[in-house]
Amino acid sequence: MSDDVIKTEGLTKIFNKHLAAVDHVNFEVRNGEIFGFLGPNGAGKTTTINMLITILRPTAGKATVLGRDIVKEDSEVRSVIGVVPQEYTADEDLTGLENIFLCADMYGIPRKVAKERAEELLKLVELTDFGNKKVQTYSGGMRRRLELACGLINRPKVLFLDEPTLGLDVQTRTATWSYIRRLKQEYGMTLFMTTHYLEEADALCDRVAIIDHGKIVVIGSPEELKRSLGGDVITLGIKEDADVSEIIRGAKHVKDVKKENGAYRIKAEFGEITAPSIIEVLRQKGYTVTRLSLTEPTLNEVYLEYTGKSLRDSEESRENVMIQRMTVRRARQ
Amino acid sequence: MTEVSSYSPSRLRGLWALTNRELKKWYKAPLIFFLSIIQPIIWMGLLGKAMNLSALVPANIPGLDVGAVMKASLGTSDYFSFMAVGMIGMTALFTTMFSGMSVVWDRRLGFLNKVLSTPVSRGVIIFSKVLSATLRSMFQAGIIIVIAFAFGLQFGAGFSLLNLLGVFGILFLLCVGLSSAFIAITIRSTRMETPMAVMNLISLPMMFASNAMVPSKLMPDWLQPVVHVNPLSYANDAVRQLLIFDAIDYTQLAMDFAYVGIFAVIVASIGIILSWRFLRK
Ligand SMILES: Nc1ncnc2c1ncn2[C@@H]1O[C@H](COP(=O)(O)OP(=O)(O)OP(=O)(O)O)[C@@H](O)[C@H]1O
Ligand SMILES: [Mg+2]
Repeated sequence: MSDDVIKTEGLTKIFNKHLAAVDHVNFEVRNGEIFGFLGPNGAGKTTTINMLITILRPTAGKATVLGRDIVKEDSEVRSVIGVVPQEYTADEDLTGLENIFLCADMYGIPRKVAKERAEELLKLVELTDFGNKKVQTYSGGMRRRLELACGLINRPKVLFLDEPTLGLDVQTRTATWSYIRRLKQEYGMTLFMTTHYLEEADALCDRVAIIDHGKIVVIGSPEELKRSLGGDVITLGIKEDADVSEIIRGAKHVKDVKKENGAYRIKAEFGEITAPSIIEVLRQKGYTVTRLSLTEPTLNEVYLEYTGKSLRDSEESRENVMIQRMTVRRARQ
Repeated sequence: MTEVSSYSPSRLRGLWALTNRELKKWYKAPLIFFLSIIQPIIWMGLLGKAMNLSALVPANIPGLDVGAVMKASLGTSDYFSFMAVGMIGMTALFTTMFSGMSVVWDRRLGFLNKVLSTPVSRGVIIFSKVLSATLRSMFQAGIIIVIAFAFGLQFGAGFSLLNLLGVFGILFLLCVGLSSAFIAITIRSTRMETPMAVMNLISLPMMFASNAMVPSKLMPDWLQPVVHVNPLSYANDAVRQLLIFDAIDYTQLAMDFAYVGIFAVIVASIGIILSWRFLRK
């Protein structure tokens, strides 16, 4: 058997006959790796996960999880995976422990084993003192951690995490990262996660796929992707209204210029030499540079490069989406 | 890497776990539990005691035996007893209605998605709703019988524990049928409003177009056919025969059981088939 834990071929989901939420997606997730799915709102991340965890039926294409077909062998797939969904799904009227036991019952895990595992998991997610409290009384971060514990109760071979750190404070987020790393190390689990925090993908993932409008635009390790950008990124703004892209393009070592939200994103080699020379060129033509920043490529730049969207934009709308989700859950057809 | 997790899900375990989850929301919430007991009592007081049909017939008309008149039309000389049984059917109707709504809740709160991503079978998910509504209704029925007895319900002459078993038997069938029907209505819904409207539309007429409060032979001709296809009528009849009538008409009782039983089996099958079809999209 091949080393691929997840494999998709032309996986497609079309909603309402014309909205291609996931459009002929091909990728493989290798045994024991953390694979990240990165993309803006509505890119199709959750839809992809929902197909892989067999709660959505693909419109076309096929996919296997641990060699089992997600359509024909759906119940086999469900028994070897763990899922930590994007939304809070625990039953608020029950306690944390009762929720975990409920999950255990779904997998047919004997109560004695479930008790041992629950204790271990509550310790892992630092909820030991809250196991007997109703979920209603949990904070958002505690709920996420409870979801994580529920998703792990069957010792899954593959764990699907849909935005595991969405809405968590920095401290809890970092703690979650360390749980995720431990899962990989201690249990040899394969993890498939979606995220919109680029530093998260950079820090955790062995490989990432950037998805936009239902299509995968690029796949690779964070290092590969950063290297593929070639060079540094200079962002600058000028006082005047004119479009100076052509002038900048004429400067030495400049490889590419894009105008975004009134600022210029310039890809250039030797950024620390090129930046002053661009300022000089612009000054000669009578333009005043009002701000400038120089960054070595991060996954952020990769993301911008491939999705053309500024992260800040998507982050703002992200907060809105989250607020919406917490109050009125999105009605799913 | 290919070895599957060492425990295999069992239908019964899953069914009980999910059913118990629903029941917990009820018996662990004292207020809801209390209300669900008090509700049939209020109905019984209002409809059974206030709408006292026997009082309509003046007792002092010479030569008129009120008891005999009542007995001829109701099958028992006591309207309250007649009515109390109607309340059992009505409580079953309303309680099972809520089981339908809880599918929509679970979908909205994301719980449904979580259960769907575990290996538990889809039919089990639906049947746990049916079962919890049924158990609740049967518990309420028990309460109604006890309280009605305290308020003067007169058991039939041949009443025995076996009859009581029969009462719960027919109620089980009725509730399985009703809650499957309500779930079938709501299973595709993502919002509360539509199923709510549909249920409101059918539940009260369903109750009044049955023999819950008035015997069917007293109803107008045009309503008779509706009363005669309404499973509630058959269940009410069976419960009355078993509980308060002095003499049991066994052919009719067998008919009642057969009718409600077939209703339950057909509707529950439809519910389970729909769950296979619509719980995954
Ligand atoms: N049940 C549905 N019916 C119709 N359209 C849907 C449904 N679910 C998702 N979509 C659409 O499919 C697209 C992809 O949605 P999806 O939830 O997969 O995005 P996502 O990448 O997870 O976004 P986010 O970062 O906001 O979670 C969106 O345009 C969304 O509106
Ligand atoms: Mg999503």
